[in-house]
Amino acid sequence: MHYPEQLKYVKTHEWIRFLDETTAQIGITDYAQDTLGDLVFVNLPEEGDEVTAGEAFGDVESVKAASDVISPVSGRVKSVNIELADNPGAINEDAYGAWFITVDNITDTDELFDAEAYAALVEEEKSRT
Amino acid sequence: MGHYIPTTDREKKDMLAAIGMMDMQALFSSVPSHILADRWDLPAGLSELEVRAKMEKMADKNKVFSSIFRGAGAYNHYIPAIVKAITGKEEFLTAYTPYQAEISQGLLQSIFEYQTDICQLTGMDASNASVYDGATAAAEAVAMCKERKKNTVIVSKTIKPDTLEVIKTYCRGNGMEVVLTGEKEGRTHLQGFAPDDSIACVYVEQPNFFGLIEDVSALAEVTHQAGAKLIVGCNPISLGILPTPASCGADIAVGEGQSLGIPMGFGGPYLGFMACKYDLVRKLPGRIVGETVDQKGQRAFVLTLQAREQHIKREKASSNICSNEALCAMTAAVYLAALGATGLREVAVQCTSKAHYLATELSKIGYTPLYPGAFFHEFVTICPKGAQNALDALEQADILGGLPLDENTILWCTTEKNSKEDMDKLVAVLKEVG
Amino acid sequence: MELIFEKSMEGRQQSILPACDVPIYLPSQTRETLPKLPQLTENELSRHYTALAKRTFGVNDGFYPLGSCTMKYNPKINDEMASLPGFASIHPLQPAHTVEGCLEVMTLAQQFLAEITGMDGVTLQPAAGAHGEFTGMMLIKAYHESRGDDKRKKIIVPDSAHGTNPASATMAGFEVVNIPSAGDGCVDLDALRRVCQDDTAGLMLTNPNTLGLFDPHILEITRIVHDAGGICYYDGANLNAIMGIVRPGDMGFDCVHVNLHKSFSTPHGGGGPGSGPVGCKAFLQPFLPNSIVEQEKRANQDLSIGKVRSFYGNFLVIVRALTYMLTLGREGIPAVAYHAVLHANYMMAQLKEMFPVAYDRPCMHEFVLDLSSIKQKTGVSALDVAKGLQDVGIHPPTMYFPLIVQEALMVEPTETESKETMDEAVEAFKKVYETIQKEPHLLRQAPYKGVISRPDEVTAARKPRIHYFYDK
Repeated sequence: MHYPEQLKYVKTHEWIRFLDETTAQIGITDYAQDTLGDLVFVNLPEEGDEVTAGEAFGDVESVKAASDVISPVSGRVKSVNIELADNPGAINEDAYGAWFITVDNITDTDELFDAEAYAALVEEEKSRT
Repeated sequence: MGHYIPTTDREKKDMLAAIGMMDMQALFSSVPSHILADRWDLPAGLSELEVRAKMEKMADKNKVFSSIFRGAGAYNHYIPAIVKAITGKEEFLTAYTPYQAEISQGLLQSIFEYQTDICQLTGMDASNASVYDGATAAAEAVAMCKERKKNTVIVSKTIKPDTLEVIKTYCRGNGMEVVLTGEKEGRTHLQGFAPDDSIACVYVEQPNFFGLIEDVSALAEVTHQAGAKLIVGCNPISLGILPTPASCGADIAVGEGQSLGIPMGFGGPYLGFMACKYDLVRKLPGRIVGETVDQKGQRAFVLTLQAREQHIKREKASSNICSNEALCAMTAAVYLAALGATGLREVAVQCTSKAHYLATELSKIGYTPLYPGAFFHEFVTICPKGAQNALDALEQADILGGLPLDENTILWCTTEKNSKEDMDKLVAVLKEVG
Repeated sequence: MELIFEKSMEGRQQSILPACDVPIYLPSQTRETLPKLPQLTENELSRHYTALAKRTFGVNDGFYPLGSCTMKYNPKINDEMASLPGFASIHPLQPAHTVEGCLEVMTLAQQFLAEITGMDGVTLQPAAGAHGEFTGMMLIKAYHESRGDDKRKKIIVPDSAHGTNPASATMAGFEVVNIPSAGDGCVDLDALRRVCQDDTAGLMLTNPNTLGLFDPHILEITRIVHDAGGICYYDGANLNAIMGIVRPGDMGFDCVHVNLHKSFSTPHGGGGPGSGPVGCKAFLQPFLPNSIVEQEKRANQDLSIGKVRSFYGNFLVIVRALTYMLTLGREGIPAVAYHAVLHANYMMAQLKEMFPVAYDRPCMHEFVLDLSSIKQKTGVSALDVAKGLQDVGIHPPTMYFPLIVQEALMVEPTETESKETMDEAVEAFKKVYETIQKEPHLLRQAPYKGVISRPDEVTAARKPRIHYFYDK
């Protein structure tokens, strides 16, 4: 399990990669994909949709589980990685390469953690279960 | 009393000792003692012989008509002997939903074969493993089409009354608005209908409640222009000969599968079938069986796309359905295999041919058709001396006549089981009534 | 194994219909091609399904302790009564005076169910348990609406509930409020008090709950909900534990569904048909779906929620359940509950030596093992144990439910299994347990004796093949 230093994370297990101050890519973390297991389906928003920090913008399904994907930021969906719809397994293979959406016009962000703080969060969650 | 408990008094004592309890009452010590009921207004239990006598006595109070000309949602078709022999097999009868794929391959394969049959009949890409009946299938299909901004369903005025009621109940639950179409000469009438962004879907039946053939292709065009989905409720026997809902432009095909080898049984259990275009498959409610391979590469079947379902998605599931009508689905699959495509076509042809013969003969004695145009195996006539007089006379002759729609009209139905002789007799009896 | 379509042969046909004895009529528009349906002789058809039956495990094949599903023996007299022509060949729209026997069956079944559940009125329309839940939720909705109490939009559901509960509440247009269970696996009374407000429409609960525990605070629970103006709905999936002992109505519930395919032994049919009659207290009766059996016309017809199914429900399933209830009667019905609970406690006492019980106290008709410590130590999961059990001849328990137990196996022996059968099952569990201790890796690949090994569910879901492709 690894959490790249250059990314930021939220407690609902999404990562965010800022491309500039108001534009960022969003995906789910290595821990999230590992917990869900082999992903079989991804439900993505459409370009132009508004997303809100702390609210779901899509969902992912494995064989035995379904989970919302929460947006760490508020903004507008600039582009969507539609390749994931055909190949959800790409998320399992490379969680940080498999971005879901790019959001621009970011106006608000949720509480963000750096890699070290997020890793500690994951350890704590693991010890609880 | 009768029961099916194998435990002897001796074993009971041994088991109580093993769990460290004094007596059977101790098993319920967590129940507040003052709500334990000590008096039950129930009869004493009976032996098998007594139960049989009691049930047979009740069955004998019902009249089994020797010939039946009533349909309206439940149809008196011939059921080949092989159907009951197969669906009575204890393995199928006593298993439950095939959660454990490795020891349920037979059941899973049977459902996969059923899904294939339904796709073949309807021309659709995907079928589920069944829902409760034709009416709930229609209501579930309507719910499938609901979107955030599309919240209205247009329902044809010519559908079965029970189906309409069930759609209304479900829509009262999920907040969809139900709007009825007009009706012209017994058929769906959309004229004057404004396309509107809020329309999620249109529901129509083929043939409709009055037995009439609707112009589904035309309805599909209007529906799609409005950006809505078309749901067609169809009689599966008619699909032996009529164009498929898919070829007419339907997005979802549903229907009552009772005609496919399931007894009328005073209304149930029946079979709701649901099939759709591929792009709607993730909205399809209920179990779906898929083909895959096992670790050795052998063909294997599993319950698939389960993340849509209530046991995973809970309040976000597409439907709450859990138990379905699996054994009825198997019944339909066996029925279809017994007949084959040519056999099914023959049933359909005989049903419609007999209906047309009967309609012609009835017309000669003044029971003229109420609506013009093509029909399948049901039709409405007027009754010159009143519907009730006609039906009473038929009942005297051991014939269940058609369903009275009002004082002066009857909805008749024929199937392959109605012989020419029976139909001639029916006409003769009515001729007496005048 | 070959599919029926692969066994089909052009030109084979069964002789079922006579020639048409009236002039042939053909519709002006017909389908372009006939549907592709299998063509076989009756012999081939019979053998195909016999082969499928051999690849299917039913209660008649052996021990089937699938928790929450009450896989008891299904008496044959029930099926035979349902196939009497006086029931099976009756058209649902026959005139009332020709179906008096059917109406008597329905009336008797309603009386039995009302008495067993402690309710005043019963509808037989719902076709399954989940369908009953939806019906019950609609009754609750209609009741609040009839009083102009339109703030009540929330249904409270414990996190241990069956998945159908929240799904049914959503279908009826309610918002679901999940409450966590307390440390003892039962309802957390404080959590319940916190969420019970003037927007509470009701509570859905099963008691005994999905851990097989009877909630000792049940009267307090239903009182809290009632005090807030909510309605208490009883999910009757676990009725087998308490029928003839205590009535849901006396626990404070207002509305209940019963799964006839579970407690009342009408077979499960490989997934259905079931039947889920709904009972309710008098104040909810005006909202029930209209019934053919009802003698007196309701004063206020328009209060009804309307029909939830065509005609009157799964009538032939009702016939089976009535046959069973008449057989058992007032002595047999409580005997079922006593023995179901005795058997579960007996099995739990043997198994807990090997597999930890999620909540170690006397259970009702089922209990939940928690294999998370075993998984941590050995890597063997509940799934692996379930697959291993297949190789020793028993149907695995329900896996991974309730969701509040991580590696759950839910065991429900039922009253119809003998002590020998349960002792043999314990031995079977023991074999699996020994494998966990000695060669845990073996279980990862189990089962070994099935007609297939573990199927690839990921591929099945990623690239769904959900019907046969004739062209290939």
